[in-house]
Amino acid sequence: MTGFRLETGGRVDRSQPVRFHFDGKTFQGFAGDSLASALLANGVMLFGRSFKYHRPRGLVAAGSEEPNALISVNRGLGRFTPNLRATGVEIHNGLKAFSQNRWPSLEMDFGAINDRLGMFLPAGFYNKTFMWPRSFWDKVYEPAIRKMAGLGDAPTAEDPDVYASTYAHCDLLIIGAGPAGIDAALGSMDSNKRIILMDEQDELGGGALADPSLWPWLERSVKALSDAPNVTILTRTTAFGYYHDNFIGAVQRLIDHLPEIEDMPREKLWRIRADEVVLAQGAIERPIVFGGNDTPGVMLSSAAKVYANRFGVAVGKALALMASHDSGWHDMFALAKAGVGISAIIDVRESVDSALMHEADRLGITVYLNHGVVGVNGRHGVRSVDICDYGNQQVRRIDTDALLMAGGWTPSVHLWSHSKGSLKWRDDLGAYVPDQPNENVVCVGGCSGDWDFGKGAIIDMLPTPKDQSRIKAFVDFQNDVTAKDIKLAVREGFRSIEHIKRYTTNGMATDQGKTSNLNGLQIASSALNQPVPDIGLTSFRPPYTPQTFGALAGHAKGALFQPTRTTNIDSWAQAHGAVFELVAQWRRARYFPKPNENMHAAVNRECIAVRSSLGIFDASTLGKIEVVGPDAAEFLNRMYTNPWKALEPGRCRYGLLLKEDGFITDDGVSARLAHDRFHLTTTTGGAARVLNMMEDYLQTEWPDLDVWLTSTTEQYAVIALQGPNARKVLEPLVEGIDLSAEAFPHMAIREGRICGIETRLFRVSFTGELGFEINVPTAYGRAVWEQLMAQGAQYDITPYGTEAMHVLRAEKGFIIVGQDTDGTITPFDAGLDWAVGKKKPDFVGKRSMARPDIVAPGRKQLVGLLTDDPHIVLQEGAQIVADPNQPIPMTMIGHVTSSYWSETLGRSIAMALVAGGHDMTGDTLHIPMPGKTHTAKVSGVVFYDPKGARLNV
Amino acid sequence: MILIHCPYCDEKRPEIEFANAGQAHIARPLDPSGQTDAEWEAYLFIRANPRGRHHERWRHVHGCGRFFNAVRDTVTDKFEATYKAGEPRR
Ligand SMILES: [Zn+2]
Repeated sequence: MTGFRLETGGRVDRSQPVRFHFDGKTFQGFAGDSLASALLANGVMLFGRSFKYHRPRGLVAAGSEEPNALISVNRGLGRFTPNLRATGVEIHNGLKAFSQNRWPSLEMDFGAINDRLGMFLPAGFYNKTFMWPRSFWDKVYEPAIRKMAGLGDAPTAEDPDVYASTYAHCDLLIIGAGPAGIDAALGSMDSNKRIILMDEQDELGGGALADPSLWPWLERSVKALSDAPNVTILTRTTAFGYYHDNFIGAVQRLIDHLPEIEDMPREKLWRIRADEVVLAQGAIERPIVFGGNDTPGVMLSSAAKVYANRFGVAVGKALALMASHDSGWHDMFALAKAGVGISAIIDVRESVDSALMHEADRLGITVYLNHGVVGVNGRHGVRSVDICDYGNQQVRRIDTDALLMAGGWTPSVHLWSHSKGSLKWRDDLGAYVPDQPNENVVCVGGCSGDWDFGKGAIIDMLPTPKDQSRIKAFVDFQNDVTAKDIKLAVREGFRSIEHIKRYTTNGMATDQGKTSNLNGLQIASSALNQPVPDIGLTSFRPPYTPQTFGALAGHAKGALFQPTRTTNIDSWAQAHGAVFELVAQWRRARYFPKPNENMHAAVNRECIAVRSSLGIFDASTLGKIEVVGPDAAEFLNRMYTNPWKALEPGRCRYGLLLKEDGFITDDGVSARLAHDRFHLTTTTGGAARVLNMMEDYLQTEWPDLDVWLTSTTEQYAVIALQGPNARKVLEPLVEGIDLSAEAFPHMAIREGRICGIETRLFRVSFTGELGFEINVPTAYGRAVWEQLMAQGAQYDITPYGTEAMHVLRAEKGFIIVGQDTDGTITPFDAGLDWAVGKKKPDFVGKRSMARPDIVAPGRKQLVGLLTDDPHIVLQEGAQIVADPNQPIPMTMIGHVTSSYWSETLGRSIAMALVAGGHDMTGDTLHIPMPGKTHTAKVSGVVFYDPKGARLNV
Repeated sequence: MILIHCPYCDEKRPEIEFANAGQAHIARPLDPSGQTDAEWEAYLFIRANPRGRHHERWRHVHGCGRFFNAVRDTVTDKFEATYKAGEPRR
């Protein structure tokens, strides 16, 4: 059998031929054709191979419910799109489309051997066969299955296209522009409502596009809506998901139908918030389940009408109809009028309306009532069908080259179900229809079950005198699920339709069972001997049809995936060859290599410079919070472990912040500027979290406190000037601040000017050297930095990065929250009990420090580790054991949290969390690493200048 | 995407402007040190996980910054009410 172009008819533009390619062969269609209609017109019936059995498959439908005809389109490097439905691809000159899941070719397919082995591939076959051993699944079974059973190839090159996105708000959103949707739009057009009318097809009309008698009405209606200023019409736009509070996601396809890829986005994601939604998605015709119903040339009756009336294509020369529903008869009458040859109407019912019989008689169509198809002859196309007279069980053969199925209709309740609207079963339709809404939404037309297609009989599958166990009667064409599979699942004990679905995979393909769910339910219902409503219905989930990741990602990819925060000094670091790293969203200079210097050498040089003369470091990313108000000191006293009330203005304090569970969550040095004003600092990554936590306590636990919190992280550039020569460099640049050791001691803050700019100057040190942290308004950061570089040249001032910063602080035993702590570490575990105000009656986390588990022995505690071989630098994260000779799996008593080479000390240093570690000083522990187990002695965490003499200058 | 009514801004705004902040109406004990281990455990760790009406806190973090209380149905995700911190339980 072959389809062909009718002499007349259809909405295609016969004056505009279009040349396109399918599997390398060139074809011609007309403007307005889908790939499916154009190939049909060229006599192509074979569109692909099925998923599991590699059976030859043709078109079933004409719309987005098409389960079989999945194809790939290639538009050049990075523009390869698999798994498109041929029914939804508009042809254009030069289109390159390919069939899928076949090798070496569509006609000669090696995988079709699976079909002969079909009796060995029942439901649950993969689960049953490939359960064991586990390693075989990953290495052998899954790759082999993926190669054989598959959809199209995933593209490998980066997608060069741009995807747009937009938000829209409207009073009325109408989804689906068939007659019902258009009527809804016309009915509201004269109001002041902002209306959006969308349809997934390239033109409005839906079912009316296949009914020439409606075309004059359609043309008038589309013109009226197009002219209305309050109506936005979106074609080629699929509403793929219906979310809370009338929020609808839709994707508009902008260029895939164009012969040239113009300089515009490929697709546009619409996020629409609508006051009211009208769903007019129509209904999908149901196939009939019988042996051979997947043969190319067996398709939905309504689809044949669409191909004839909309595209001017006959799907065959002598069409037969297998019906259980009146609508197929009307389709046959329409096809006859369109000039398509008719072979016969076969209906499973014993009688139908006399009007149908009369019309068939008038058109000279042979009718077989109480008959059913029991065999389809032909593998790559229908040659004839065998039908059985259910009255006398006689089988006869009918010549036909296309067998149409009219099994009734399934309302498209997908989006309704996304919105959590409830469904009710209607016995007369054999379908679920919308019941109670959960949003401000109504269903109109076919998707509400309201149609004028006539009536039908509800059947699970066609009776057959053949051995049921030997026929393949397909329910889910895309996932190759047969009636036999569903019955087997029930025999094996599955009862819930959700389990039957997952076991058989019925309805789990990319079409989400648009043509298979209801037939699957009916068959399960018969097998379970329970009415359908008692079995339930599987859930519908977005997307309605598959959408591209590109459309969902939009611009949020590559460098735009998330913002990169940079400091005012970042540009200087860039210009001076810094190697950067990301810390949370901040880009920070990691080290500043000189020519031919590797990281190790650069970091050693930077560390030595700080210890011997002078280093300069961009600390602008430090979190900063301004705490202001009469109760500011009281508030901090309650938040931090330390006492704050007695802190003099002009002095700083190391603050330790716990969560209410007693575990360290943040730390930082903070300064009291005035009686009612503090300048807090937090860790770089913790700034937002700490502010949120403080706001929480302030707003909800202690609203009586008169305190205001303001994030000032981005208001200040912070330059750390560290090293014995720090004061000498500052002196000529600073005004209004006495920098002498007596007037400006360690852990103090002064306000004045530097290089003429207002500054909050901290005397603090995260390195153990004489140090200052210079806060200036952000915009002046780089300018002040450059002045310091110039002034510091005489001392060989050395910019250093985060890597040297880490080494320097580790030499002094200063912890990094989140590296040396992990959310389960108390101040005592970290050796920071000195920072806890013992006399304070309360602070956040205090009560938890007396919890039974926290006072119990054996907790992991922070210690220093000195390797016996001083040249071994332990791996951070390496596990620690007490006895290296114990059997595997060993008892791990802790892990290394920080580990560096210290050029200053000429050896490696490390910190670790070790169970009971505070009582192990001097003990030898063992650290298994790749290749060797190393030994190390437990020490204190301060490796350099333990008395802090270098700060007292 | 849910719309949430902020009782301070008195506007319905998309949920991406808000952050959930856990169960509502769990006041920090006035004298934590006076709490038994069991009482402190209940305050710190024990939370409701109802099917249906749930009292929870939200913060209009990308708006006014205020914490407020809400009653949300955990089955339907519908907000029954939102109200200012400090107001009686609804
Ligand atoms: Zn607000």
